[in-house]
Amino acid sequence: MDEAAQPTLKAPLLFLSVLLISSCGLIYELVAGTLSSYLLGDSVTQFSTVIGVYLSAMGLGSYLSKFLQRGLARRFVDLELAVALVGGFSAPILFQAFAHTHAFRVVLYSVVASVGTLVGLEIPILMRILKDQIRFKDLVAGVLTLDYIGALFASLLFPLLFMPKLGLVRTSLLFGLLNAAVGLWSTHLLVSQLGPTRMIRLRCLAVLAILAVGLAFAGKFTLAVEEEIFADEIVYARDSEYQRIVLTRGRGSFQLFLNGNLQFSSADEYRYHEALVHPAFGVRPDAQRVLICGGGDGLAVREVLKHPSVREVVLVDLDPAMTDMARRQPMVRTLNGAALDDPRVRVVNADAMVWLQENAVAPFDLALVDFPDPNTYALGKLYTARFYRLLQRRLTADAVIAVQSTSPLMARESFWCITATMESAGLKVRPYHLAVPSFGVWGFALASKRDFAVPTRVLPGLRHLSDEATAAMFAFPKDMDRVPVEVNRLDNQVLVHLYAREWRRWS
Amino acid sequence: MKRRDFLAATAAAALPLACRPKPAFPFGGELVGPNLALGHWLKGGAFPDPERFEPISTLVVGGGVAGLSAAWRLAGGGLDDFAVLELETEPGGTSRSGQNHVSPFPWAAHYLPVPDRGNHAVLRLLKECGVLEGFDAKGDPVFAEEATVRAPEERVFAHGQWWEGLYLRAGASPEDERQYHAFFREVDHWAAFRDRRDRPAFSIPRSRCSDAPEARALDQLTFAAWLDQHGLQSPRLRWLLDYACRDDYGSRLETTSAWAGLFYFAARKQGPGEDSRPLLTWPQGNGFLVDHLRRASGDRLRCGVAATAIRPDKDGLLVTAWDAANQRRLGWRARRVIFAGPQHVAKHVVEGLARPTAARIHNAPWLVANLTLRARPKEPTFPLAWDNVLRDSEALGYVAATHQSLRDHGPTVLTWYRPFAGADCDAERARMRALDWPACARMVLDDLRPAHPDLTELVTRLDVMRWGHAMVRPTPGLLWDPEFLALARPFGAVHFAHTELSGLALFEEAQDHGVRAAEEVLAALGRRGKSWR
Repeated sequence: MDEAAQPTLKAPLLFLSVLLISSCGLIYELVAGTLSSYLLGDSVTQFSTVIGVYLSAMGLGSYLSKFLQRGLARRFVDLELAVALVGGFSAPILFQAFAHTHAFRVVLYSVVASVGTLVGLEIPILMRILKDQIRFKDLVAGVLTLDYIGALFASLLFPLLFMPKLGLVRTSLLFGLLNAAVGLWSTHLLVSQLGPTRMIRLRCLAVLAILAVGLAFAGKFTLAVEEEIFADEIVYARDSEYQRIVLTRGRGSFQLFLNGNLQFSSADEYRYHEALVHPAFGVRPDAQRVLICGGGDGLAVREVLKHPSVREVVLVDLDPAMTDMARRQPMVRTLNGAALDDPRVRVVNADAMVWLQENAVAPFDLALVDFPDPNTYALGKLYTARFYRLLQRRLTADAVIAVQSTSPLMARESFWCITATMESAGLKVRPYHLAVPSFGVWGFALASKRDFAVPTRVLPGLRHLSDEATAAMFAFPKDMDRVPVEVNRLDNQVLVHLYAREWRRWS
Repeated sequence: MKRRDFLAATAAAALPLACRPKPAFPFGGELVGPNLALGHWLKGGAFPDPERFEPISTLVVGGGVAGLSAAWRLAGGGLDDFAVLELETEPGGTSRSGQNHVSPFPWAAHYLPVPDRGNHAVLRLLKECGVLEGFDAKGDPVFAEEATVRAPEERVFAHGQWWEGLYLRAGASPEDERQYHAFFREVDHWAAFRDRRDRPAFSIPRSRCSDAPEARALDQLTFAAWLDQHGLQSPRLRWLLDYACRDDYGSRLETTSAWAGLFYFAARKQGPGEDSRPLLTWPQGNGFLVDHLRRASGDRLRCGVAATAIRPDKDGLLVTAWDAANQRRLGWRARRVIFAGPQHVAKHVVEGLARPTAARIHNAPWLVANLTLRARPKEPTFPLAWDNVLRDSEALGYVAATHQSLRDHGPTVLTWYRPFAGADCDAERARMRALDWPACARMVLDDLRPAHPDLTELVTRLDVMRWGHAMVRPTPGLLWDPEFLALARPFGAVHFAHTELSGLALFEEAQDHGVRAAEEVLAALGRRGKSWR
């Protein structure tokens, strides 16, 4: 090859690759830090430990570089390919480890340490390659300047551009590609020191191809095939004993899914939770003891705690994984205002119906029932006459209940079935509804053992509800108005069948 | 304990474990009652008399549902001077239940079809237990939601997956469907039947059934022959009906009376063309009803006491008994005795009782296993129901004890049932008795493996009850034989109460006989009142 005769290296262009590889290195570090704080919560600890492990591994890499003696150019290209693979696939590997193993932290720090060690090798080797071409003071100044500038680019572009546009998985794969491209480009820049380049270029192309395939199938690489379903990037996923909990993030908001069903979007959950909580307080503004069944995300608790009369809140949610996430996952914790750690709040992890059946507690003044929609028999039982009877046993005589009761528009019979069932259990029921864009038109039922008037006053300073808006929720237009339906009982579970039939039309 | 000591102790304890061969099952368990030794000892005869005979008005021998119901009725009739003797340590017979740290669970009978408005004794009992809440506008009883079997009630495992319901609709041919409907039209015909005295052909208890010749004629042929006569050959339909025979009678289509086969379906119909009556159940099965019934006896119920002989005396009966717990002889001088045990025991205990017809009563043996699970098996298809049936099995499947207590997650207890339905009850009994605990455990796990390959790892305990005489078989010609029906009549001052006297093993039949026998006794003692039946 004619290039082989070229005597000198293309030093300025090699400086440019310093810029690129330092950006890549920092991106991997940021990906690992962000991902671990999404999944494990407590971002200060996660970022501190990831940075610490990463930097010390870089130190180790720098130390190890002295043991590499010959064929430095070839080593450098191989090193780029190794960083490209490990760093590029770091996010998919970590998501998979979280979803499928119990040793996430081991995998996390192993990946961070591997990438750090490899990145730590890069600059010393590059400097040794260049040391005969450039005076030492210029070499150190140039390399380190570009190294730090690359870090600046990465740290600015990661939160502003790559995270929002591409998400963690695609970002890490994209920078893996960039690392591999630097490797391929280096075979051109370092050609004078490389000898035969055919095999090494083929290797570069193979790594590029693997990463490109990874990028093309990023959705499938992340958490099973869910990213396609969820449209947004998954930032948290956990298979608990009871359900699959997934948080996604995108378009300026984040969403919680349980078993693939949307539970809230941070963009409009305030509409849902204000409507669930405050009308009930409109009827019982002096409520002191509040029971919440379901609602492990802590968002209803957040609204409840706005009422100064509240002295005690008992939240009964089946899944400890859910309430733990609500306490620790930074995005959810911020959204619920750390409500579950409020001293007035007691969290009980139990099946609410079994808990109501078996635990005698002091009666509550107000109960909020916020279960997932009745799409299984195990959930359908939480909407039976028996459930509402058990619930009443734990309430004061003039207590008020608010129940999320699916969409009166999309599942009209299901919605009215819940009202009819509550009535059959001896409750006076006043159903209401509002628009929650993520869900559509959404319905609730307000109930009490005694007759009561539609609430016309709500707490001032809410985002959605005003006095007027509250009263307006209780009027039902014609296409959502009451239809005759059977009562949902334990022995018939009609609601599960109704619900499945009605929602099938919309999916 | 210091850490080093602890480690040393652990190692020392683990050493023999490590040397021992790996156990065949990763869980424990045992064979539990009934008390075969004590029961069979009664046959030996020749027991010396006790030192004294305590005077008592009425003695009830047998603390199963018939005996407890008799005592319940005696107490309700104002008679306090009675005692109930039960051979086992727990009363209830085949309605017994157990309890562990996970849940109460049944040991055999586990449900009751809701009674119609004419079944006064069962309605009275259910009202006392708080299960009957009142009557609706039409006068039909309304039952507590929590006692009515929770949906989904049943599912069947076939073709490698679970399906809702017991009758497998998936893959049924039009001819299968036609025959299915044809059968239930026949059932409707019999559900609508009324004789000249306005009695139905089929009702629970059977004492309310018509003895019209056209209904009685059904008892002359087997259920299989009756199906042949009606051209009902659909394998799916015949599987369903055979399952019903095994489930309720411990027999097969070929050994069950057609009257009994139709009784199973027609007696449970609310009316022609209507659904079957819903079922009432409790986590401990019919043990719930036993727990209530035994309250009427209080400390007059003596468990672990076996009556050894009943013989006439100048003004009443002398009863000798063996108190197994205290190893001593007991005796009573009773005016009346209600013998609430099976006839094959009566002939050894009641002196001078010679009734050849009793030899025609055959009781099917049953094996019942309770499996305690640390977690639920994986359920990718139709979810866990109350009753879970495997189509391709000699067993009947299992009932989940936690279904009715609403626990849908975590540990549970499954009660697995297997009748020994072969034609010869004695041979089947010998076959069952030969099974030790490992053989029983293997039988249970092998049976359930197709549906639950992950089961073995989930079981923490597996206990087995071998019922030698679990259920009377309604063999053709038995149920309406006048000599068979006469077995319920008193023998001197000894009255009889037992479900086998109906030829059908049902809680309601046992209760009906118990109440009847008690009312006979009350009348004989001059305490005539309004009947509870």
